Amino acid sequence: MPTLIKNRQIAEQPSPPELVVQPDDDLEALAGRLPGLAVVAVCFPKYADGRGYSIGRLLRERYGYKGELRATGVVARDHLQALAQCGFDAFELREGEDAQAALESLDDFSEAYQSSTAQPVPLFRRRAGR
Amino acid sequence: MYIYDDIDQRMVDERVAQFRDQTRRFLEGQLAEDDFRQLRLRNGLYIQRYAPMLRIAIPYGLLSSKQLRKLADIARKYDRGYGHFSTRQNLQLNWPKLADVPEILAELATVQMHAIQTSGSCVRNITTDQFAGIAQDEIVDSFVWCELIRQWSTFHPEFNYLPRKFKIAVNGAVADRAATFVHDIGLHAVKAGDEIGFKVIVGGGLGRTPIVGHVIRDFLPWRHLLTYLDAILRVYNRHGRRDNIHKARIKILVKDRGVDKFREEVDAEWAQLKDGPATVTPEEIRRIEGRFTRPAYEKLADIDYTSLKTPFTAWLRRNVHPHKVPGYAAVSISLKKTGVPPGDATSDQMERIAELADHYSFGELRVTHEQNLVFADVRQAELHGLWQELRALGLATPNIGLLTNIISCPGGDFCSLANAKSIPVAEAIQRRFDDLDYLHDIGELDLNISGCMNACGHHHVGHIGILGVDKNGEEWYQVEIGGNQGQTTISDRDGSGNRGLSPISASLGKVIGPSFARADVPNVIERLIETYLELRDSESERFVDVVHRAGVEPFKKHVYANLDQKPADRRTALAA
Repeated sequence: MPTLIKNRQIAEQPSPPELVVQPDDDLEALAGRLPGLAVVAVCFPKYADGRGYSIGRLLRERYGYKGELRATGVVARDHLQALAQCGFDAFELREGEDAQAALESLDDFSEAYQSSTAQPVPLFRRRAGR
Repeated sequence: MYIYDDIDQRMVDERVAQFRDQTRRFLEGQLAEDDFRQLRLRNGLYIQRYAPMLRIAIPYGLLSSKQLRKLADIARKYDRGYGHFSTRQNLQLNWPKLADVPEILAELATVQMHAIQTSGSCVRNITTDQFAGIAQDEIVDSFVWCELIRQWSTFHPEFNYLPRKFKIAVNGAVADRAATFVHDIGLHAVKAGDEIGFKVIVGGGLGRTPIVGHVIRDFLPWRHLLTYLDAILRVYNRHGRRDNIHKARIKILVKDRGVDKFREEVDAEWAQLKDGPATVTPEEIRRIEGRFTRPAYEKLADIDYTSLKTPFTAWLRRNVHPHKVPGYAAVSISLKKTGVPPGDATSDQMERIAELADHYSFGELRVTHEQNLVFADVRQAELHGLWQELRALGLATPNIGLLTNIISCPGGDFCSLANAKSIPVAEAIQRRFDDLDYLHDIGELDLNISGCMNACGHHHVGHIGILGVDKNGEEWYQVEIGGNQGQTTISDRDGSGNRGLSPISASLGKVIGPSFARADVPNVIERLIETYLELRDSESERFVDVVHRAGVEPFKKHVYANLDQKPADRRTALAA
C-alpha cells in the first residue's frame, strides 16, 4: 500500500481517486465532471515531467476544483513543496520514500517569490506592506 | 549591485540546507543517481568528462569586488586556482569535488551568490547588455527588470520541470547587445510615448536547430511582464515536446504550432492571468531600483582621450566604450589573450581585478556574454593608469570586437558532450592573427567556436562560426559565415564613439562547404579574410556586411581552391 500524505499528515488508508488526470488530457473537456468530485488525482509519469504542476494550478484556479487534489505516479519527497504551492493537498509517495522526511520537506522554504495557488499574492505585494 | 534583503538571503540559505541534505542522501545511497541528477543540475552541478563542473550564477553578469574575491578564493580552495567565464555570464569551475559542493554553495551564500537553476530544464540565469545603466542609447536600466525576472523565476513552483532549459535575455537599450533574437524569450525595452514596455521575442535559439526568434508582441506594457511570462511558460510547460530531447525547446513548439497559433494560445492563457495578483506594481520597481547600489559620480567634463599615443591608442579604440555620464567611460578587460583559453581567469587575476575595480570603478564589474569583463564606471582621466595596471596583468589585449576576441566553449578538453576540442583551435587562430595592425585593419569581426552542435560557443551567430564535428572518431571543423548576434552598435575605427547600429539584424551563418582538419582551420580563416579584404568597398564595410552583400560563393571559391597553396601565391592569383 503506497503511503499518502494528506493535509500535512500521514494517512494510512487512502480512498481511490474518482478521476485520474493524465498529463496530456484535455482539461476543458474534463471540467464539467469536477463539481461533486471529492478526490481527483493528477499523474506524474516521470520524475522530471512537470506538466502536472500546471494542471494542478489550472484545476484549482481556473476550474475551481475544491476537493482533494492528489499527486500520483513518480512522486518523491523533493517534489512536495512545489506541488503544494500548485494546489496539491495530497501526495501518494512512490515506493521507498521516507514519509516523515517527506512531510518535513513541505517546510524546506519559508517563503516564495511567486503568485501560486497556495499563496496568490506574490512576495512583492506583501513586501510592500512591510 | 542589487543588495539582498533578509528574505532573499533566507531563500538562498534554505537552498543550501536543502542541497546539503540531498547530497548527503545521495552519498549515503538513499537517493538514486537519476533523481539526484535532476536536483544537482538545478544547483549548477554537472558530471563532466574528468570531474564535476559547477556553474555559479552571476545574475545578469553583475558582480561586486567582494563577490569576485570570494570566487577567487573558492577557485583556489576547491579547484585548481582558476575559473571560466561563460557566454551565459556565469562562472564555471571545472574540477570541484561533489562532496565539497554544498560547502561551496554555503560560501557563495555569504556573499549573496548561488548556483540556483544554472542548469537543468528550468529558467536559467537571466542575461543582459553589459552596458546596462550606463549606455548612451539606454531606454531602461535592464538590471532592474532582470532582477524582477530573477525573483519570479527563482524556484517558480510551476516551472521547475520544463521540457527543456529556458533562457531569457533582456535588452534595455536601442542596440541589441543581449542577442535577444536567439533566446527562448528575448525582451527588448521600447517606449511608446512616456510608457515603458517590451517587445517580446519567442522561440529563438542556437543548438542543433538554430532559429531566429519571432516577435509575438510589439509592445507589452511593463506591468504585464510577469503575467505574460507566466502565460508563455505555461503553454510551453504543458505542450512542449517531452518525447525527444532534441525537439523539446520552445522554438520547436513555436515552429510546429506556427507563430500565429502559438501567439493565440499564449493570449488565451494570458487573458486569464492579466491584471491578476502577479501584475507588477510601480512600488516593486521602485523597491528594486532602491536596492541597487549606484555609483556616486563626480561632476566631470569629457576629455579627448582618443588623441593619446600608442600602444595605449589601440586599447582606447577597442576596449574603451562611451558612457552616458560626462567624464566617465566603460572599459572591457579582455580575457582573450593568445595562449589563454577564452574566458579563463586565475584566482590571482581575479583578486587583482577586484582591487582594480575598487580603485577605478566603484567596486563593481560585469561579465559579458562574449566572455570578457567590464569596468562600467571609469573616470576618463584614469584610463591611462588603469591600462598600465591591466597590461601588467596580461589583461589589456586590445582586441574587443576583433577577430581574436574569440567566443569559445570549453570544448573537448573539458566537456563530455563535445565532438572536438575548441580551445586549441582558438589559440591557433589567435597565433595566426597576432599582428595587431593587421587585426585592426580587418576591423570588427565576431569569431565563435563550438565543440559540438549544442552551440555553447554561439557559432551560428559568429560572423565566422566554427563547429567541431566527429568524422569516424576524428575531430573535424565545419565553417559558417554571415551569422550575426543582433543589431549591435558598431564602433568608430578611431575610437571616438559609435557610428550607429549595425545594418544587419540577427541572422544565422551559412556553412561554406565540407569540413576541415584542425591544422587547416587557421588557413581557412586567413583565406576568408583575404576574400573579405579583396571585396570590401571601404574600411567601414565589415566582414559580415560583405558576406551579406556578396553572398557565400566568393568566399567558398577562394577557400576551397588549392588549399595547400601559399598565401603569397594566392594573393597574386586573387588579384589577377
